[in-house]
Amino acid sequence: MNGFVLADSGPVIPNFGRGSSCVRDNHTFCWSWVKQHWSDTLGPALVQHIVLTLVAVGIGFAIAIACAFFAHRYGWFERPFGTFAGILYTIPSLALFQLLVPISGFSRLTVQIALVSYTLLILFRNTLAGLRSVPEDTREAARGMGLSARQMLWKVELPLAVPAIIAGLRVATVMVISLATIASFIIDEGLGSPIFHALQSDFNTELIAAGTLAVLLAITADGLLLLAQRLITPWARTRRA
Amino acid sequence: MTFIHAFQFIGNNAGLLWHKSLEHMAISAVAVGIALAIALPLGLWLGHLHRGSFLAVNIPNIGRALPSLAVLAIGLSFLGIGKLNVVVALVILAVPPIITNAYVAVDEVDTDAVEAARGMGMKPRELFAKVELPLAVPLTLAGVRTAAVYVVATATLAGFFGGGGLGDIIANQASYGLDGVVGAAIVVTVLALATDGLLALAQYLITPRGLRGETELLGAADYEATRAAAETA
Repeated sequence: MNGFVLADSGPVIPNFGRGSSCVRDNHTFCWSWVKQHWSDTLGPALVQHIVLTLVAVGIGFAIAIACAFFAHRYGWFERPFGTFAGILYTIPSLALFQLLVPISGFSRLTVQIALVSYTLLILFRNTLAGLRSVPEDTREAARGMGLSARQMLWKVELPLAVPAIIAGLRVATVMVISLATIASFIIDEGLGSPIFHALQSDFNTELIAAGTLAVLLAITADGLLLLAQRLITPWARTRRA
Repeated sequence: MTFIHAFQFIGNNAGLLWHKSLEHMAISAVAVGIALAIALPLGLWLGHLHRGSFLAVNIPNIGRALPSLAVLAIGLSFLGIGKLNVVVALVILAVPPIITNAYVAVDEVDTDAVEAARGMGMKPRELFAKVELPLAVPLTLAGVRTAAVYVVATATLAGFFGGGGLGDIIANQASYGLDGVVGAAIVVTVLALATDGLLALAQYLITPRGLRGETELLGAADYEATRAAAETA
């Protein structure tokens, strides 16, 4: 029965969406396809990508900053956590995704565990370096004004560490945006998913459109965080002038 | 259970995995080699001139933001399927950390040391070879190490773009099953960790003896810290 139906259906010709001649002939890039499929393919993929990134960076930031505070207080903690995060950072992303599949399956959880693990090292190291970079004179002055250890952390060390923390956030965010494209090996979400779809059907426009969107997203996020840093820490600019 | 099966897969397919690992390392070595040839002289030279931070820091920063999969995907439309596209993409991804670190390393050599060397009558070329270069070794090598580990990791994606290597197995769950995919993932992980470890050793051996004690071996995270410093400065 099956064979009969197959034989009846004729040769299989790749069909790139019955669009314009540009799409049918698979030219390098067709604007018409992008316009036509923005709302059903590219737009949703972009939004999913942003959500994946925000969740991963948010969770990673919370863990890393807590660990950095702890390591700032208890110096012995730096080495074990740094080594642990360093190993996680070195594992190739595609491999880490696959290694987690037997544990947490083809799920968002798998993707998030992997993405969060990659942010830890950079956010931890940068936060700790920022907290430690506070000049001793500044600490003395704060102590002289009667600040407790807790006040010192929140009112002196943390604000002065903001540039280093945001520098870490920039690197981590850009990295997660990059890695989240690879996450579509595991779940059908994010900008990687049109890329893989296009790889299977060998469709140029979708490859370039989704790839370019991922690149633009990374560059935009980097720029926005730089802007945020300038707004939050106006003193960092005046010091240079 | 899957992990036990994955290790069984590794045991049963040692020949295949060995072959794919060699292929994997060959692609990575070619890419890192080309990236070194481009980025190392340029970065060191610009650092020596204290010029061109835009070329050596700002542009690579954008390069660093490029998602690897996107670079491979866009390249595929122009270069077609196969090793060429993969090597080009890997070179694009490996150049930024090498060039930025080489530049920052030479650019930030202690000005007192440079002044002293000038006072001793060193010519610019001697100054570069005998003072700046040795002092720049730790940070420069940190960049190379970062790039190499990144390339070995990213070369896994080559399997989806006809580039060979261990990615061939990971990309082909239909033939090798989840056990094979997880097995290959374990092998890639070992390769990346081994690359990092070997380069850490090389870093230690190449670093001038006088600098070994005071500077810790710089790894990937230190590269990121350098980047952050270069940006905030």
